[in-house]
Amino acid sequence: MNKRIAPHKLNFDTGWAYSPAPESIDHVHIKDQYKLFIGGKFVAPKAGKYFNTINPANEKVLARVAQAGATDVDRAVNAARGAYDNIWSKMKPAERGKYIYRIARIIQERAREFAVIESVDGGKPIREARDVDIPLAAAHFFYYAGWADKLNYAFPCRTPQSLGVAGQIIPWNFPLLMAAWKIAPALACGNTVVLKPAETTPLTALKLAEVIEAADLPPGVVNILTGDGSTGAAIVNHDDVNKIAFTGSTNVGRIIQHALAGTDKKYTLELGGKAANIIFADAAIDQAVEGVVNAIFFNQGHVCCAGSRLLVQESVADEVVFKLKERMQTLIVGDPLDKNTDIGAINSAAQLERINAYLDLGQEEGAEMFQCGGKNPDKGYWCQPTLFTNVAQSHRVVREEIFGPVLAIQTFRTLDEAVAKANNTQYGLSGGIWTDKGAKIFNVGAKIRAGVIWANTFNKFDPTSPFGGYKESGVGREGGMHGLSAYLDLH
Amino acid sequence: MDKTVKAEGRSIDSASARVKSSAAKPASRGRAKPPAATRLGVAKTYKLYINGKFPRTESGRYFTLADTKGNIAANMCRASRKDFREAVLAARSAFNGWAGASAYLRGQILYRIAEMLEARAEQFVTELKLMGLDKRAASREVTATIDCLVYYAGWTDKYPQVFSSVNPVASSHFNFSILEPVGVVSILARQESALLGFVEAIAPVIAGGNTAIALASEQNPLCAISFAEVLHSSDVPAGVINILSGYRNELAEQFASHMDVNAIIANGDDASEIKMIQEQAANNIKRVIIRKKSIAADPYQIIDVQETKTTWHPIGG
Repeated sequence: MNKRIAPHKLNFDTGWAYSPAPESIDHVHIKDQYKLFIGGKFVAPKAGKYFNTINPANEKVLARVAQAGATDVDRAVNAARGAYDNIWSKMKPAERGKYIYRIARIIQERAREFAVIESVDGGKPIREARDVDIPLAAAHFFYYAGWADKLNYAFPCRTPQSLGVAGQIIPWNFPLLMAAWKIAPALACGNTVVLKPAETTPLTALKLAEVIEAADLPPGVVNILTGDGSTGAAIVNHDDVNKIAFTGSTNVGRIIQHALAGTDKKYTLELGGKAANIIFADAAIDQAVEGVVNAIFFNQGHVCCAGSRLLVQESVADEVVFKLKERMQTLIVGDPLDKNTDIGAINSAAQLERINAYLDLGQEEGAEMFQCGGKNPDKGYWCQPTLFTNVAQSHRVVREEIFGPVLAIQTFRTLDEAVAKANNTQYGLSGGIWTDKGAKIFNVGAKIRAGVIWANTFNKFDPTSPFGGYKESGVGREGGMHGLSAYLDLH
Repeated sequence: MDKTVKAEGRSIDSASARVKSSAAKPASRGRAKPPAATRLGVAKTYKLYINGKFPRTESGRYFTLADTKGNIAANMCRASRKDFREAVLAARSAFNGWAGASAYLRGQILYRIAEMLEARAEQFVTELKLMGLDKRAASREVTATIDCLVYYAGWTDKYPQVFSSVNPVASSHFNFSILEPVGVVSILARQESALLGFVEAIAPVIAGGNTAIALASEQNPLCAISFAEVLHSSDVPAGVINILSGYRNELAEQFASHMDVNAIIANGDDASEIKMIQEQAANNIKRVIIRKKSIAADPYQIIDVQETKTTWHPIGG
């Protein structure tokens, strides 16, 4: 073992316990029941069906939300079409922009409330909801608001035209942020929207509907439909939708791309990933270990661009794994509303089942599993941060997206081997490089076939920064100037 | 054109095409007897172009191409799905080298292709005339093709500047987005415009550092196959462009479904074929570019087969 390793194992069992530091929730308003937001009004679903959304940290029901059926989708698309034809496409772009600025400002004003709801509905630590999800969502609206009257500058020798009605289907890992990623550029480019939040995390999208109401957006410009996969399918297959934007699994993305064949609907797909996070021997190891923790344990690993494969240069592998295991013992798994919590609740029972199946599978395939052995709360869905070592490239825990706090660790000797292993996947969403050598960053960064490269950092996001995948990780980019083209006709 | 014409009295192996002189008008399909005083022409065998070589189709199949007078112009290789797979392997192997070549070098090679085409212009005019174009139209198509190549040669080191960005992120990071080629691209060339349509389809693809497998116009494949000879003498590395001739309705599905092809460009407006291509492409989330009609050359056709890569690095230390 390398001499740089601390000679003594750190002892965290010192009697110093963290006192609970729960975020107060008395300022948050969640209604018992939410209807669909269509044409600027909250309306009951035609079939009268509702389903529960629960807090995955204690399995208690938070609210009942409407199940939108095909008729409701039709109403929403008609509302969006009407708003597009009569108001939004005729509005001066600068005025359009001002509405979007208003949304950004109201989200900022109500940020604390949004953060709490995001945490209780989805299970993510309040620290992350407060510091990442909600501020970035507001920033996204603020960024794209300013594009509304500047689109001609983004595409030389083209006259950008809006598309019409955009159908948008978003996942449960960053509910409000994904809504912002979808709605903000769509509106800035002059389109109207029918958005479906994920089944398990509908609440912040419904709160966003309240914000849109408060911002006085013309009725029908944004419509929000809650429901399950059948609602999403009805949006994808609706004849009067001009564009589909989807974030979710590669399998569902494939189904959507297939369903859109033969139509003139434009689409962007932001799908799965299995990113390699590469640590070279010359990296700042402590910093890299922090980066690994952020790469795979951020948001319980429910991140499409998570660094779920760690590739460590052989000469520092023991040191990295030792330090990583030490660091993992300091991670607090528990109440998402506690400000000390690092790893919150797994989003749903179904997702927990999926992750646990991979934990079994990894061991069956012969990998060594490591967990710190912390105790999970009695109620709710929990997964301790997990490492797999002694894995082969062919193992399913190395090849498949687990979408949980589970890291597969491999080693390499040469740069070429690292690149070959990193690229040995059907995915290509992101990648990480840890080295002190600038030249190596450019070299390896150019060779990794992925849409986002984090060098000596990981899991950073910004509205100005284009995001999206190569290969089976998706089609198109969201964010930045490049994200505009997804919502425009440039011919 | 009757695709089911059989090779009468000839073994498939020897069914190499012969371009006939327009003076010869045989009643039957046999080879024309030249007038006693003239020299017997040496006609060209039209073959495939895979990995920088000129193989016949592995399938041994062919189809007959007639000129405007109904005479046999050539026996073309009827490429198989296996030929296509071989071509994908070649294109994949060539990808890293070509994508990693400097923009300046790619520009020079595209310009070199234009130079070689200019030098052989007469050959292409002859082939276009054989397929029915008058001399002026044929000359115009050849010169337009040369100019198209020069146009894209000039873009190789400019589109990255026009379409890349440095992104002003709020955190303390340097963040920039550059373009990289999408990978291996399959191309179904237009049926009409045998030369210009073909080159317009492939030039922006290779200008951007991709490698390609292109299916020549089925109705008029002569120029595309002869264009392989131009490529072959232009320092284009083996495998960067692979050219097949064959039946589009037989090969289009393979072009769209192959799991190691990253994008497909389909020129044409057949609605059922477009739907089939889009469905098959979903297997590996392939990028699909449909061009229902000819569009003027522009850098957006390079961008159609580019990926945006965004890199973050902390500022500090």
